[in-house]
Formats: sequence, structure tokens, C-alpha cells
Amino acid sequence: MSTEEIRAALAEIVNEVAGIPAENVQLDKSFSDDLDVDSLSMVEVVVEAEEKFGVTIPDDEVKNLKTVGDAVSYIERNRAA
Amino acid sequence: MTALRTETGAAHAAILGVGAYRPRRVVPNAEVVDAIDSSDEWIQQRSGIKTRRFAEDDETVVSMSVDASRDALAAAGIDARQIDCVIVATVSHLLQTPSAATAIAYELGTDQAAAFDISAACAGFCHGVALANDMIRAGSAGYALVIGVERLSDITDPTDRGTAFIFADGAGAVVVGPSETPGIGPVVWGSDGEHYDHIRTPDWRDILASGEKKMPCLSMKGNEVFRWASYGMAKVAQQALDRAGITADELDCFVPHQANNRITDAMARSLKLPDTVKIARDIIDAGNTSAASVPMALQRMIDDGDAKSGDTALLIAFGAGLAYAAQVVVVP
Repeated sequence: MSTEEIRAALAEIVNEVAGIPAENVQLDKSFSDDLDVDSLSMVEVVVEAEEKFGVTIPDDEVKNLKTVGDAVSYIERNRAA
Repeated sequence: MTALRTETGAAHAAILGVGAYRPRRVVPNAEVVDAIDSSDEWIQQRSGIKTRRFAEDDETVVSMSVDASRDALAAAGIDARQIDCVIVATVSHLLQTPSAATAIAYELGTDQAAAFDISAACAGFCHGVALANDMIRAGSAGYALVIGVERLSDITDPTDRGTAFIFADGAGAVVVGPSETPGIGPVVWGSDGEHYDHIRTPDWRDILASGEKKMPCLSMKGNEVFRWASYGMAKVAQQALDRAGITADELDCFVPHQANNRITDAMARSLKLPDTVKIARDIIDAGNTSAASVPMALQRMIDDGDAKSGDTALLIAFGAGLAYAAQVVVVP
């Protein structure tokens, strides 16, 4: 998957969980400040992303994923190589 | 060697009556927001809670339990003297010993019924129903009372943003007794002690060492618990349905522990419950009453006509420990 494909798939998840229009979910956007994804929705996004991308995102890691770009690059790094 | 004589009980057991006690004082979000620098909207969005009830001084763990139990006994048409065992699930009876259960059994006027408390936190009520079901069928009790009761306001820090708006007070009770048809399905229960610290109170000795005069208040790792409950517990609920031989389409009511409306939503989605299943939402004006929430929510659904006699209801409760239990029951 390319970076853009991961971003687009993640955007779909954010849309499903939090009702944010998928086109707003861009790499430079902060989940909490720009997209208004609260901490519980973030948990739901993370669980859905784990399933979709086959990665594990531990609770301790979630707080480091501030922007969509953070999440996309985490997924890129940790997908089964 | 002489063989001991043993006894057996009823072929089946069922919940025969449900009762609840809701404390008098209604506490709206407006009353808790200042201490946690929050807002009514923020609380509703994160939990669904609009109001909760806090017990006043005379609404004790024992008195609330007695009131809820009298309603359950009346609904079941059973006299207190017929009760052989009183099981109380609570984390807020603030005596290490004796239990709340013996005082409740005495106040109710039981004939020296066996009585004890169980410590399984928010999951305690469903543990109690499982025990009572087995007691009735094994012959160790003719009728049993299972009570969930909390005064969490005593052990909640009003300045803790993670818990102050969630926890509340109340009591619920059910009478469990013999039945001609199965009224309580197999229990699916377990524990996950790896996360012992996710929801807990501090050690009294640490409080004494700190020199501060304060209650041992609950703390919770909210996001971790949310993840465990929303996703892990849906699997447990599904197993309880499977073990009882019920499909989601055949289910009438879903009565999860009223932890957080968003956990309820996530579980209902995972279970793919059809729109025909009535879902308990007592949390909106009762808050999270830990061990009391399932019987309180069930009583509410019966009173509102959402749960009718003969309906199947999936109960699931989960919390500190971590501990969980679920079973399908037939509404009395």
C-alpha cells in the first residue's frame, strides 16, 4: 500500500467512527485539534486500523499519534514487511 | 467407607422478581462540571450521562439494598422468610468486615439466611446471578436474593476528570428461585489480572503513610478500559448468546453494565444486534452505578414496558479486576 492508499483507508475509518468527511483527513491534520476526534473515538479508530492494516498499536503508542501523518507513518513502519 | 448423602435441587432456576432503589437526590451535570473544568456537552458526548443520583446520609448501602430487595420480593410473590441465601455485590460497603449481606438479611427478616458479599466490582451482579442459579439447581438454596448496591459517591474524587462525572449511587435486586423451564442460561465469565491496576482504589496503608485524611477513591485508565470493554466484551456477550442457544435475532433485550453509553453502542455494533432488540440506557439519568447498574437497568426496562415477561435478556457486566460475567436470562 502506498502512503496515499493508507491515508485514504484511514480516512474512511475516521469517517465511519467519528463522522468526519474523509477528504478532511489529511496528513497534516491533528486528530484532536483539527478533526475533533475525542480520545474515545481515537481508541475506536485505532482498533479498526489494527484490523484493517494488520498492525498492533499499543495503548502507550496511541498518545504519540497526534496527526494523521503520525498514524500513517506508524502503520507504514509496522505493517508486516 | 460410608457414602455421604447428597441433595439435588430444582431442575431449572429463573429470576422471579426484580427491584431497584434510586436515591432521592438528582445531580445534573451542571453540579459536577466546575470541579473538573468540563461542560454538560462534554460529559454527554463522552458518556451519555445527563444526570445521576447521589445517596444522602440515610440512604446507606444496607438501607438501599433492603428497599430494592423488598420490591424484588413483592414482584416475585416471595416472603423474606423463604430466602435461604443473600448474595451482595458491592465495592462501596466501607467496612472490611462484617459483610453488608448479613445486615441486609437481618433487616429483611429472613430466617437466618446464609449471607455474604462478593468482590467482583462492576461485574459482581452477574457473578451473583451465576452463583444463585447454581445454588438453586444444586439444592443449597430454595430461593436466593442477589443484590447489586453502590454508594460510589463516597469513593469518587470530585476533582478527577476521568471518573467524577461517571460514578453514582443506587441498588438493584433480584429473587432467584426454582422454575419449570430454564430461566438463566450458562454463565460465561473470567478475569484478566494482567490489568489489575486499570480500575482500583489505593491501598489504605499508602493513604495513612501520606498523612492525608481522604477516602480511598477510585481511579481508572479510561481509554484502556474503553478499548477492553468495547471490543473484548462483545466477544464474551456473543459467547453467552451461543451457550444459551440464542441468536441475536431471537434476543429481545440487551442489558449491559451501564458503564458508558459509547461502550454500549460499540458492543451493540459488534454483536450486530437488530433494531428489534431493546437496549438498556439507564445510564443517561442513573450514571454508572457499578454492581447495581444491571438490575437497576433491568427494572427500568420492565417498568417502561421495554422488557416483557418471557422476553430473553442478555446480561453482561465487566469492570475492575479486570473481571467479567455474562448470561442470557428470561425476564420474569
